[in-house]
Amino acid sequence: MIESNKLSEKQYQENFSDIHPPYESSTAAKVDANRCLFCYDAPCMKSCPTSIDVPKFIKQIATENIKGSAKTIFSSNIMGTGCSKVCPVEKLCEGACVYNLLEEEPIPIAKLQRYSTEIAMEKNWKLFERKKSVGKKVAIVGAGPAGLSCAHALSREGIDCTIYEKESKGGGLMTYGIAAYKVTPQFCEDEVNYILSIGGIEIKYNQELGKDITLAQLKKEYDAVYLAIGVGVARQLAIPGEKLEGVVDAISFIYDIRDKGYSSVPVGDKVAVIGMGMTAIDAATQAKRLGAKEVTMLYRRTEDEMPCTKHELDIAMLDGCEVVWLAAPQKIKGSQGKVKQLVCSKMKLGEPDASGRRSPVDTGETFTLDVDMVIKAAGQTPFEKIIKKYKLDNKNGKISINENCATNIKGVFAGGDAVNGGKEVVDAVQAGKDGAFSILKYLGVKN
Amino acid sequence: MADIRSNFLGIKSPNPYWLASAPPTDKKYNVLRAFEAGWGGVVWKTLGSQVKNVSSRYSAVDFNGGRMMGFNNIELISDRPLDINLKEIAECIKLFPDRAMVVSLMADNDKKSWHELIKKVEDTGAHGLELNFGCPHGMTERGMGAAVGQDPEIACMVVEWVMEAANIPVITKLTPNVHSVVPTGRSVVKAGTNALSLINTIQSVTGIDLDTLVPNPYVAGKSVFGGYCGPAVKPIALKFLTTITQDELTKTVPVSGIGGVSTWKDAVEFMLLGASNVQVCTAVMHHGFRIIEDLCDGLNNWMDEKGFNTLDDFIGKSVDTITHWEDLDINYHHIAKINQDKCIHCGLCYIACEDTSHQSINIQKGNPYNTYTIIDEECVGCNLCQLVCPVDDCITMEEHREAPEYINWIEWQKKGLPLNDH
Repeated sequence: MIESNKLSEKQYQENFSDIHPPYESSTAAKVDANRCLFCYDAPCMKSCPTSIDVPKFIKQIATENIKGSAKTIFSSNIMGTGCSKVCPVEKLCEGACVYNLLEEEPIPIAKLQRYSTEIAMEKNWKLFERKKSVGKKVAIVGAGPAGLSCAHALSREGIDCTIYEKESKGGGLMTYGIAAYKVTPQFCEDEVNYILSIGGIEIKYNQELGKDITLAQLKKEYDAVYLAIGVGVARQLAIPGEKLEGVVDAISFIYDIRDKGYSSVPVGDKVAVIGMGMTAIDAATQAKRLGAKEVTMLYRRTEDEMPCTKHELDIAMLDGCEVVWLAAPQKIKGSQGKVKQLVCSKMKLGEPDASGRRSPVDTGETFTLDVDMVIKAAGQTPFEKIIKKYKLDNKNGKISINENCATNIKGVFAGGDAVNGGKEVVDAVQAGKDGAFSILKYLGVKN
Repeated sequence: MADIRSNFLGIKSPNPYWLASAPPTDKKYNVLRAFEAGWGGVVWKTLGSQVKNVSSRYSAVDFNGGRMMGFNNIELISDRPLDINLKEIAECIKLFPDRAMVVSLMADNDKKSWHELIKKVEDTGAHGLELNFGCPHGMTERGMGAAVGQDPEIACMVVEWVMEAANIPVITKLTPNVHSVVPTGRSVVKAGTNALSLINTIQSVTGIDLDTLVPNPYVAGKSVFGGYCGPAVKPIALKFLTTITQDELTKTVPVSGIGGVSTWKDAVEFMLLGASNVQVCTAVMHHGFRIIEDLCDGLNNWMDEKGFNTLDDFIGKSVDTITHWEDLDINYHHIAKINQDKCIHCGLCYIACEDTSHQSINIQKGNPYNTYTIIDEECVGCNLCQLVCPVDDCITMEEHREAPEYINWIEWQKKGLPLNDH
């Protein structure tokens, strides 16, 4: 049965406590920091989308120069604290650590990054000084990782930034789309405030593009516009029964957990999660942690093709989630308007598709699961309507940009999920930096 | 099993490990614990006139997360009453008759004081005496300790006094706070000392507290130079030891090796350079007496593996391998080789060679892993890349002689062979 308030407050707190606890002492951090070999042209740094100088910041922990360490991180990635909690580091920096080649545990880079940056946030160190205002104004749409990263990089150079955000809080998917056991709502708020503390950035909340503000307006009032609008709701399954009560979108589900609190979010007893990306994992594990008895994840390909990392899959498995590979949803059956069963096609792998992964082919066989809730997490779709309305060049709703992050409309730049269709937070932060660099060039502030 | 029993001037012990004269040997309680743990012998903490110590007394140098790479103390000689020390020494000898009991001495600077002290110590049944001519702090200001060891004439005079009275073997402990330990060494051998021991601690400042701006160890807002020891000083000790075991005169007496001995390997190295046994202190102050187990076990296994039956089979075996620079073979050449199967692509060899050596490593960029290879023609065989490489046996030095015959620098010049390699 789908209901909220399935567990006691104590159980919620236990289930949603920090999955990667921080160091408990500076000594513990130094032990790990001293293990770092301080590689030259380090593979970890090359594997970070924002190119954080990992050996340098770790060495700075070893020498007890924590302020320097935090600045090294934030200089490359202003959301360095959040990324230390949500990055799939096993396929990025830590996955490239040379210790892996010795069959040894890699350096816990994320944990060390969290160590320095959390101290910086806690002590509210002012690590960046904003240059004197140059008298230029930039409008940024979206206060997610790409928007905030762009705003911070621009503000440092003396640009006055205004961010228009459709939600009532900043942080974007960091705040609304990531499992609560990775980052807490309070942390997300603190992180946004810490980024804003440089000054020169104003966020106007509850301002949605196309509804409360228009692109024409922004173009008129500002010297440049950066679109960091992200992606929208979960992709439709386009199967019968999708409108039944009990079929929910993973992003909304995660959003509600963050926004309303654990006990207010309804969850079924037998939950099916469609998809095998990071969001699917976050939805499945959280459904389980909210008190669902059975959670089954369905993916139409196999473990070899799954978008999430092995580490993430392990979290779901350890939470007791079941996984059914080579299963595609065919229809959702219900009674009295409520979900009762999920019918799936059994698939097999065929020829590789455009992505290079072997594509699933229907075998014609089916199987049925008794479920009372279906969570859709098969990717997200771009805000195609608004993008087309403003005649922005796009590819299936993903905004097209040139090598200077510019769209087809003069003075309008874009980046982040709205362009790439949905990647990691760290990719969005880098997109924001790239956008800011291009805008500075466009405004003649930097060559 | 090899025989690791030691005989130093007739002083026998079940193994070559003595605890050096220091805090671990200043009372019966500690010494009995050490003997129970298996230590071969002790040099009882220096006896002399009554002194008073300060607080604090120790400080250390940590390195890359490791504690006590180097250790420093400003303690004086034993601050316990002489009578109690003498009584306890006798009791320890009775309880453990098979262990070596050597007593360190530092009498006031007159013959009578030395003679009286020696008589009292010999009455305990102690097996030997060690003259503390090395303590670099506190006692030097009173004209004792290193003040004696730094002046060959004074050292000679004191040893002559001692030898007049002593009936048991006398070991003279040398200070490293000199340009060379050989002059004092020669002087005391001439004066009749039966053996030498070295090194004592090295004067040092281990570090400064960056909040108070006062160096450690901290004593009411001040500090003093302390005696440095521990793993950091081993290479210096081995050098001083070699100068003694290579000198024609000083090599005629046995030497007890001291200075940063922490493992059986360290002990073997001291013995290979001519020490008959070793003394240990900092390592037990760091980890307790229990380290004696591996000190003995590791030594035993190594001797078995190498076919040495007794300590004498290998003591001094490396002394002659340390020569003068001008005797080195200029035709010897080796070149680094990187084993690509073992390489973990950390780039440490590359950046060390590129920034600070001979630009002999090629980098081929990759994502995320670069490939590093040696440029044979440029490699001078300095070893730096091998030393910085974190993987065992990944970088090896392969012999590529310039020519088959031995030729040293002097002959090279005589033959007018080319000097500029570049």
